[in-house]
Order: sequence, then C-alpha cells, then structure tokens
Amino acid sequence: MTDKQGVTDLAKPRPGIPKQTRSSLRRRVRSNLSAYGFLLPTMVLVATFFIASGVILVVLSFTDLSSSNFTRPWNFIGFDNFSRLFSDPFFPKILRNTAFYVFTTLIFFNLGLALVLALVTTTIPRRIGFFFRLVWLLPRLTPSVIYILMWKRIGSGDPYGIFNQIAPGFLGASGGNLFLGGSPWTFVILTNGFVGASFGMIIFTSALLSIPEDLITAAKVDGAGTWRIIKDIKLPLIKWPLLFIATYQTLSLLTSFEYILLLTEGGPGLFTTEVWALTAYKRAFSSYFGNSQWAFGATWAIVLVAVALLLAVVYVKIFKFNELIEEPRIENL
Amino acid sequence: MRVELDGLSKAWDGVVGADNITLDIADGDLVAFLGPSGCGKTTTLLMVAGIYKPTAGTISFDGVVVNEVAPKDRHVGMVFQSYALYPHMTVFGNISYPLRIQKVNKEEIRERVQKVADMMGIGHLLDRKIAQLSGGQQQRVSLGRALVKEPEVLLFDEPLSNLDARLRLTMRGEIKRIQEDLGITSIYVTHDQVEAMTMADKIAVMSEGVLQAYDLPEDLYDHPKTLFVAGFVGNPPMNFFDVEIMSSNGGFHAKSEAIDLALPDDRAQKAAVAKGNVVMGVRPEDVYLVDDTAPPSEGSTLSASIEVVEPLGREDLVGVTIGDVQLRVLVDKTKGARVGDNVELAFDLSKVQLFDPESEKSLLWK
Repeated sequence: MTDKQGVTDLAKPRPGIPKQTRSSLRRRVRSNLSAYGFLLPTMVLVATFFIASGVILVVLSFTDLSSSNFTRPWNFIGFDNFSRLFSDPFFPKILRNTAFYVFTTLIFFNLGLALVLALVTTTIPRRIGFFFRLVWLLPRLTPSVIYILMWKRIGSGDPYGIFNQIAPGFLGASGGNLFLGGSPWTFVILTNGFVGASFGMIIFTSALLSIPEDLITAAKVDGAGTWRIIKDIKLPLIKWPLLFIATYQTLSLLTSFEYILLLTEGGPGLFTTEVWALTAYKRAFSSYFGNSQWAFGATWAIVLVAVALLLAVVYVKIFKFNELIEEPRIENL
Repeated sequence: MRVELDGLSKAWDGVVGADNITLDIADGDLVAFLGPSGCGKTTTLLMVAGIYKPTAGTISFDGVVVNEVAPKDRHVGMVFQSYALYPHMTVFGNISYPLRIQKVNKEEIRERVQKVADMMGIGHLLDRKIAQLSGGQQQRVSLGRALVKEPEVLLFDEPLSNLDARLRLTMRGEIKRIQEDLGITSIYVTHDQVEAMTMADKIAVMSEGVLQAYDLPEDLYDHPKTLFVAGFVGNPPMNFFDVEIMSSNGGFHAKSEAIDLALPDDRAQKAAVAKGNVVMGVRPEDVYLVDDTAPPSEGSTLSASIEVVEPLGREDLVGVTIGDVQLRVLVDKTKGARVGDNVELAFDLSKVQLFDPESEKSLLWK
C-alpha cells in the first residue's frame, strides 16, 4: 500500500521543483523491485512461449516456408496465404464444423452436463455425491490419448468395435458401422464432452456449496419449488463461475483438435468432422503429399488466434467481467 | 392459527435434535423458544416450517396435521438471523418474491410490497441492492418479505442476534408491536432471555433437545419447575446450595457446614415432606448487605467475605464466599462493597426455591 502511494506521489508533476525523471524512475523501479522479482518467471514464460512464438507465427504466415524449401532464405509472399485460406473451397465447411463442434460441446456438455452434475451431486447425500463426482473425474485422470483410443476402439466398425458388435442384438440393425463411422459428430462430441464436463462440474459444485443454506430455506418458505430455487436463487448466485466456464471452455474448444485427430482424423470422407485447429495442424505438419506447408499452417493458426481474441473481447464485454473484479462494498451492520 | 406440537422428535443417525416436544400455541400468541446453543430450538422451528421432516410426532395447524405439507403450502413466513436476503435482487425483488411465486398480478404486488415496506419504514429503499443496506434495514426487508404474503404463522430464528445492542432494543419493540397489531401466531427462537421475557406471551425453555418448561414469563422466573430453568432464567443466575432441611423449635432450617438459615414454613413444609437433602436456590437480588438501617429478622443472616466486585453501573454484582460456598449478590452501589471486606448477608427467603437433587425437579411447583 505504501509502495503504491509512494509511486503515485512521485509520478505527479510538482510545480516549482526541477524535473528529476531519471532518479525518480530509478526510485520507482527500486521500490517495486520485489514485485518485479515475483513477476519475472511468468514474464519469461509468457515472452518465450506466447509473445515470441506469436511473433514468429505472424511473420511466418507472410512467407511460403514449407518442408520443400526450408533450406533457402524465407520468401515473403504478402497476403497470398490469407487469400488462399479464404478462397479454400472447404473453408466455409470448416468454419461451420468448428462453430458446431465448439458450441454443441460447450452448451450440452461443458456447461449443460457440468451444471446438471453439479446440481444433482450437491442435492443427493454428501457421500454419494462425492462418489459420482469422482467417477466423472476418472477420464480426466486417464491420459487423454489412452482415453480417446479406448473410445475409438469401443466405437469403431464391426467386427472390432464393442458397440457395433452388441448393437445389432437390440437395435435390430444389421451390424456394420453405426457409431464412429455412422454418426461421427455425435461420437466425437460425446467423447470430448464426457471429459469436458468434469471441469465445470467441479467449479459449479464448489460455487453451489458456498450458497448459504439459509437462502435455500428462505426460498422454500417463500414458496419456491425445486425448479424455481434453481432458476431464481442458485443460477443467479453462480453467475460468475458460469460465465467464466463459458468463456474459458469456448476458447479452449476452439484450439482443441486432438480428440478429432485421434478419433476420425477429420473424416470419414472429406472434411466431415474437420475443425479449424485440425486444419492448421494438418497443413503445417501432416500433408498427404508429404509436403508440410508450415507457413500456410501458420496462417490458419494466426487467423484462429485472431478469432479467439475477438471472441474473448466479446465475452468480456457481454459478461461485464470488470464488475466481477470490482471491489465489494463493505457492509455496515 | 393455533399451532400444536405433539411428541415432536427429530434425530439424525442417533443424534437427537429434538426429543418429544409437546406444546400448544394459542392463536395470535408469540411463543419464545429459549435455550442455549444446540438445544434443539432451531431444529424444532425448522420442523414447523417444513424444512425438516420430524422423525416422530405431529405438527398441527388449527387441528390439521401438516407433517406432509410442503413448506410452500404451510403459509408460514420466516425471519433469519443471517437475514437470508437474496443478494442478487433489490429490496423490491426480495419482498415481492413470495408474491411473484404465487403469480399475483403486477399491480397488486406493487401495492402490497409498498404497503409492507412503508410499515417497516423502508418504503424509500425499494430500488436498493441488499449490499447497500445497513444490518437493521436488511432485517426489516427480511421481516417485510415474511409479512408480505400475509402468513398465518411467523417464525423468527434469532432475528436480532446480528444487530448491535441499541438497534436490538428498537427492533424488539417493533417486532412485538407488528406481531400484536397483525395478530399473527409466532414462534420466536432466541438464546437471549431478555428478548424472550419481554416479547413472549409464553416461553418454552429447551435444553439438549428436551422441553424443560413451557410457561408464562413471570411463572418461569418466580415458579421454576426444574433446576435447569431456575438456573437458566434470570441474569445474573440464581445461587444454588446443597442443604439439609431440619425442623427445630417448630420452625424449619436449611443447614450445611457453612449455612444455617431459617426457612419460611409454607415452602419448607412442602419440601421437607419429600426429602431431607435438597438444592436451595436464592436469586442474587434476594440477598442484602446488612447495615444499621434495616435490622434483619433472626436466623436470616450469615457472615461472608467479598471476593469480587463487578460494577454494573446501577448496582454492583458482588461475589462472596461463606465458608467454602460461593454466591453472587446484587448490591446497592452506595454500600461501597470492597474486595476483602467481611460482611453480614441477610437472606430474603420468602422467594426461596427448593429442588430434588436427583430428579432436579422443583419441590414447590408441579
């Protein structure tokens, strides 16, 4: 507190006193030295892995660097990569896929299922609730590749997939490839959603448990049934965690592609389940013809980052996050 | 609305919250549930509200058993120690909530909320958020929310415990006035006996889940039926002595190693019939320092030495010892009691209480 005040005092121009910018700057830095010390490790990490790589990515997106020409000096080609990207015949499809994947997973699982799980497991007896939350956390404790490959095996076509072996028995279908092959989107979203829900579940559970019991009692006495208590009391009181999860999960789903890569590789068929981040990955590292178009991949990635940043700003504005970090008013009793 | 509790019990996995509570609240009465923390008074209240389901026994409103009736259909209003206001709603939002659930039309809601808020003196604060109110204002909102749906039973759970002493005094009067004006049957849970004594028509004293006494306030004070009630009601608490009742020369004496006091015949007789050894209770205000102006009657004085003097403002609370017996005495400030003084104490035993040491029941009052 004193440091902060000292800084602002020094920063104010003082009439009648000659400017001593250099020494006051030095004093300012010195008085905040410990704060900078604490910030340093994070600043190094952010600078190296975010800012520096971001800058490289931007520069890269204006070149034609690929595995076929990386021994030569970089060749700057202006906005060619960008016009190629936007004129790609599959660009609209990829865009639609990405929006569908992100928002379906978000609404039905990362928010919806998470909320249902949190509400249910905080209403049933404590121990049973704890048990079920633990069960839902299990996929998160499993390495994601193992988890994904497990589901891939479960959902893959006859005669390998377990579901497809059992299904004909009670669905009356004639074997084949009902699950991963037949409805790839459903399968991808379920596989991802089952894991994704647990994060929100934990956050919502702790938020719900921190609602004072008296409020719920008051609502019951006021005449509210279960649904009205959820709608009028519980949901408004966990508004901030809800908005936080919505924002955070939107952004992380935008960049998530490992589930799709491992389950369907964007197929079956042409771009059926291909999302933006997967395209960026494929262009940069796994071209069918053996040519890794690093620069073109970087272009896809950088546009995605721009979209994500834009979305982040929109979220922050719509959800009024600045109110969240507002200082609470001190109540006088 | 007449409220009857009959053999009402609540237990969780063997832990007893309330044990066989039976009492009858007359229409329009305010009954205080008085007892120390954890005595089961709030548990009982929440059973009346319908939040807890009784393990045994029944709750009846006007003769109709309501055990299975959901809280929302019991027509009760409740006021909490924590106020339990919805922080994301305005004052208007809070008070109107019960009516909005009942789907009362907008015009009527506005009217009724304004009327209740005006009655509570918060009519000008309806647009405020809860965090922008003082504790006293919040408690008024809470009371307004309980009253707006015109409940038939009002439940108070230590409503004044979070307020400062002065505000508590004001609110005490206001709650009592409103309750009487509206004539709503009320249950008022408190651990503050002054609140209970001043506000209640009848007081239910509870301890460890058991109803110890259910009486008029003045009867609890003058005719305590158990040792617990005698010790709990009254501040500073009653002094207790283990004595033996002996009859000599046609009179009765309470005797122990340190004590020898003449007891009034009417009270001693009742006790002596049953027992020799009894617990004798004397309130601090029934003991005096002897001085020349008022010579005491024979057999009613003991010599004692002063151990502690606590000035209370109007009088001094003096701790004295007689032999190895300790007691508290309220003494006029002008007597100038000092630590270490040896004094003569006079006992006014016309109000002495006598208890069976085993059953802890009064030997005087049934």
